[in-house]
Amino acid sequence: MDPQGRPNLEIAEYGTALFLLLLAVAVVGGLLVLSRLVRPHNPTREKQITYECGEDPLGSAWLRFNIRFYVVALVFVLFDVEMVLIYPVAAIFRSLTVGTRDWGPALVVFGELLFFVAVLFLGLVYVWRKGDLGWIRSFRVPTEQGLRSWKRTAAASVAPGEKAG
Amino acid sequence: MGWELYVLKAVAVLLIFGGVLSVVPFLVFFERKISAFIQDRVGPNRVGLAGPDSLLEAFGFRKGTRRVLGGWLQPLADVIKLFTKEALIPAHADRPLYLLAPLFAVLPPLLAFVVIPVGQDIVVSSGVLVKLQVADLHVGILFVLAVASLSAYGLAFGGWASNSKFPLLGGVRAMAQMVSYEVGMVLVILALVMSYDSVSLRDMVSRQAAGGTLLGIWDCDGDWIWGWGLFHQPLAFVLFAICALAENNRLPFDLPECESELVGGYHTEYSSMGFGMFFQGEYIAMMAMGGLLATMFLGGWHYPGYAWLNASDSLLVHLLAALIGLAVFGVKMLGFVFFAMWVRWTLPRFRWDQLMRVGWKGIIPLALANLVLTAALNLPAPAPAHEKPDRNLTAVTRDR
Repeated sequence: MDPQGRPNLEIAEYGTALFLLLLAVAVVGGLLVLSRLVRPHNPTREKQITYECGEDPLGSAWLRFNIRFYVVALVFVLFDVEMVLIYPVAAIFRSLTVGTRDWGPALVVFGELLFFVAVLFLGLVYVWRKGDLGWIRSFRVPTEQGLRSWKRTAAASVAPGEKAG
Repeated sequence: MGWELYVLKAVAVLLIFGGVLSVVPFLVFFERKISAFIQDRVGPNRVGLAGPDSLLEAFGFRKGTRRVLGGWLQPLADVIKLFTKEALIPAHADRPLYLLAPLFAVLPPLLAFVVIPVGQDIVVSSGVLVKLQVADLHVGILFVLAVASLSAYGLAFGGWASNSKFPLLGGVRAMAQMVSYEVGMVLVILALVMSYDSVSLRDMVSRQAAGGTLLGIWDCDGDWIWGWGLFHQPLAFVLFAICALAENNRLPFDLPECESELVGGYHTEYSSMGFGMFFQGEYIAMMAMGGLLATMFLGGWHYPGYAWLNASDSLLVHLLAALIGLAVFGVKMLGFVFFAMWVRWTLPRFRWDQLMRVGWKGIIPLALANLVLTAALNLPAPAPAHEKPDRNLTAVTRDR
């Protein structure tokens, strides 16, 4: 309710948001158009070549890129959807728990929250263990000892005749 | 009493919008000056009339060559230059997306300012209330999250549509990075929503101003700064600040546009106003993040003594209180922007795998733990041992 006692219509507030959006589009678009009127415009073939450190670009840039980026996007969608489902619970949690001695509803909600977070965490652990969060696949770093034994075998495998030659 | 309210609203919207847009060129200038200060350089000091080179000189310290506003007209020069440069569109670019991308970079951060309350409500006369906020949407922070995630499109479009290798890499990185840190940010905000019992940013500020038991541990006094979210959610504060830097592609998270390996990242192929829009969008996004940080953790427009000032009946004092609140909010917001500039010259850039590790294996588990901790701390207070809370209830039921 606003001070006049009229219901505070949510939709009116969205109207103001829309007003700001239109204003922003008008101003930003206006700037772009204005700049178009002011600036010079004489494109040549050389100017329009895409930048590749001064060389002529080799082919199109629309190539395949690392599959891991897709995996990250997929994991994100999963997490985002799950988190959106927690928001309503978070928004009412305190009204169920604070100022009351009644543990019943609080514990139910808390339990549900814990369960949900546990599912989220399980998902995280799954992707983590699968190695989808590490960018470079881990490989074993050779130890000092390993390196030494490798050198020994490498040296032994070289034929004496070759060494002399 | 109809149209005056709309006029007041329009004035508030124009002030917030104009304020945000006009601060941006100066932020660019201040970034250059602050960078110069940190690196012990002079920084831009040429474009001006004649007279003092810096604020220090203006007040008589470090007297040297005198230029009126030396360097202080640099923002104007930058704007004119961006305006009058030729815009080159690569011949093989996807034109519609290429032209659309700068808009997507600027508009979402601007829209985030819709729900950020920049000052307290002003009661002009009996019953006329001016909110220093563009729109009091009940969804509050959810609106910001929804809108802010759109800005990833700007970077991805810009990178892909240029049809050039460096921008493509930058755009793909931008998408993955913003998406990764958004998960952390949403989780952090979840704990705050629980703490403040509301998704409305306006409510969050009034909760902090009122004090009370925000986290369920200690009962704080709203008069001083102890009601601020920073003291109730310290872990969330740190995590949010990190995520905010990452979402804005600021160092140490500026992999989408790292100059030393990707030339300019997603905006390599942009020139003139297209580039200007990306630049502007970055600074507006920084301010929006600063505004969010100030609103959720630093009490927004709240300052010690605000209740005392507002207790006065005089309209003038009331307006003064609101004005101080506005200034306080501005200082808090720009404080974050300053922090981002400071961090830029303090920390080196992350490697890509480090970035993903920090986001997914560091921030997300910590944010989840913070959420569970917040929920646990907000459980009902345990009843004292001598008191059996259910006795009365059972007695009543039996009577019935």
